[in-house]
Amino acid sequence: MEGNAHVYQNNHINTDEIIPARYLNCDQEAELAGHAMEDIDVDFLKKVKTGDFIVSGDDFGCGSSREHAVWALRGAGIRAVIANSFARIFYRNCINNGFPAIECPGAAQAIRDGDRLEIDLAAGQIVNLSQNQTVQFRPLPDFAREMIAAGGLMAQIKKELK
Amino acid sequence: MGATITEKILAVHSAREKVTPGDLVNCEIDTIMCHDVTTTPAIDMLEKYGIKDVCDPERIVIMPDHFVPNKDIKSAEMVAKIRRWAKAQNIRQFFDLGRHGVCHALLPEQGFVTPGKTIICGDSHTCTHGALGAFSTGVGSTDLAATLATGKLWFKVPESQRFIVSGHLPEGVYAKDIILQIIGQIGVDGALYKAMEFCGEVIDELSVEGRMTICNMAIEAGGKSGVINPDAKTLEYVRTRTDTKFTVYRSDADAQYAQTFEINVSDLEPVVAFPHLPGNVKPVRLAAGIPVDQAYLGSCTNGRIEDLRVAAQILKGRVVAVGTRMIVVPATTEIWKQANREGLLDIFMAAGATVSTPTCGACLGGHMGILAAGERCISSTNRNFVGRMGSPKSEVYLASPATVAASAMAGKIADPRQYL
Ligand code: SF4
Repeated sequence: MEGNAHVYQNNHINTDEIIPARYLNCDQEAELAGHAMEDIDVDFLKKVKTGDFIVSGDDFGCGSSREHAVWALRGAGIRAVIANSFARIFYRNCINNGFPAIECPGAAQAIRDGDRLEIDLAAGQIVNLSQNQTVQFRPLPDFAREMIAAGGLMAQIKKELK
Repeated sequence: MGATITEKILAVHSAREKVTPGDLVNCEIDTIMCHDVTTTPAIDMLEKYGIKDVCDPERIVIMPDHFVPNKDIKSAEMVAKIRRWAKAQNIRQFFDLGRHGVCHALLPEQGFVTPGKTIICGDSHTCTHGALGAFSTGVGSTDLAATLATGKLWFKVPESQRFIVSGHLPEGVYAKDIILQIIGQIGVDGALYKAMEFCGEVIDELSVEGRMTICNMAIEAGGKSGVINPDAKTLEYVRTRTDTKFTVYRSDADAQYAQTFEINVSDLEPVVAFPHLPGNVKPVRLAAGIPVDQAYLGSCTNGRIEDLRVAAQILKGRVVAVGTRMIVVPATTEIWKQANREGLLDIFMAAGATVSTPTCGACLGGHMGILAAGERCISSTNRNFVGRMGSPKSEVYLASPATVAASAMAGKIADPRQYL
């Protein structure tokens, strides 16, 4: 995976900020995507290109359990979120959707807004092409990688139910 | 080595003799609660994957609450879809308008929460139900769909943190102040991935409602669950609501905790959480005098009968300040009726507040009291994130029902102790 980094250095970016509740009367990814991050960055959608990444501080995705947050980001073109750490429910929601949530302490400080990144999930490696640096992260646990490979929790369950 | 209540419940539900923090378990779920916002996507997922039947309709309880009564056409369509689905799946336990309420207040009230159970809901405040000695946690819509299909869900067994709350709770200081104080102390990710176990003489003294207020906000510290070992009060609360059988689990004396915190509340003052994080907690005197446009009393944290009683005690014979709007939202239909019988609703209306039907409403910025840019609200809810109750340029201060009522009268944030 290769794309540009959109860095939000703040800690505790919550799911109300990722997708405000006033849009939760809808669950369609394309429509949610139109409002992703709008309460903290009105220019977000203008900047993001398909395949890009969000990089953020501690406890990304805290607060409400709304999976709409994952869908809004994915719908907007984001392919993975890299954060110093993740809130629990958001992390589950990512894995269950087959959407990589990469825990990489220090990422929000090391990566600059706009840096070009290449991510190797299996190797647990982020290559920062702009800064010519390689950062290791703890690879996702086996069960999470299996789930992402299977296409998410529902795809896995469907297989088991057969 | 002993086990915590959380480890015991997770072990039994995953058919293991014992579990250790970090173990991945596939866990039988006893009660699956569904509300309006996160359930429709789960229904879509079941359809998309061709899963025709839910695991067991008797385990499912449906309680639409967020945008209830329907706030617009889209939210009306969501609940209409859930109604059709519930009918097709023979789900009897459906609390539609007229029996409705905020799900985390309604579920225990209606006897669905018993000690030792496992409970999930597509809502982060599902941690509330640990107050009765259950393992209860919030999940997303995919987890919800998976559980509806299989009756099971994967978990990593959490480490537990123990919070020993001791001393004597001063007058004018409540369960809400205790939990805000704890979140202020450990931070909004101080309990990340952990089970927060609350104990000590102050917790023993609290009513079951007060305990729910405490466990409700475990998620605001990042916790996976909040839990309190059941005692005689728990059993009495449960016995008056259901005759189903259950098993009581309690933490062993030699259980292992990742951390133990000792909190003495004898000198605790009423506190408020400043915008925009529940962890920005300061004594109310440091906020005193900040003008408020709105005072909101309600939600799964503090919309129960006790909360309404405390607020009514302060507002009785007094009036809400000119220029301040007060909205009272009893959390469930039964609470609304009880408050009506006790004359509390009359007290609120006479004071110039307004009383709404039960709903999540403005707690999440849905409807029924949205804030404009530049407006400020003192609220008995649980989150004060940017834009949580309306405009991204509005502000929310979190506090106890007493502080909300006192501030409504004063038109600015006020210490409730002067009015008791
Ligand atoms: S009352 Fe507020 S916090 Fe509680 S479930 Fe409803 S929206 Fe969520």
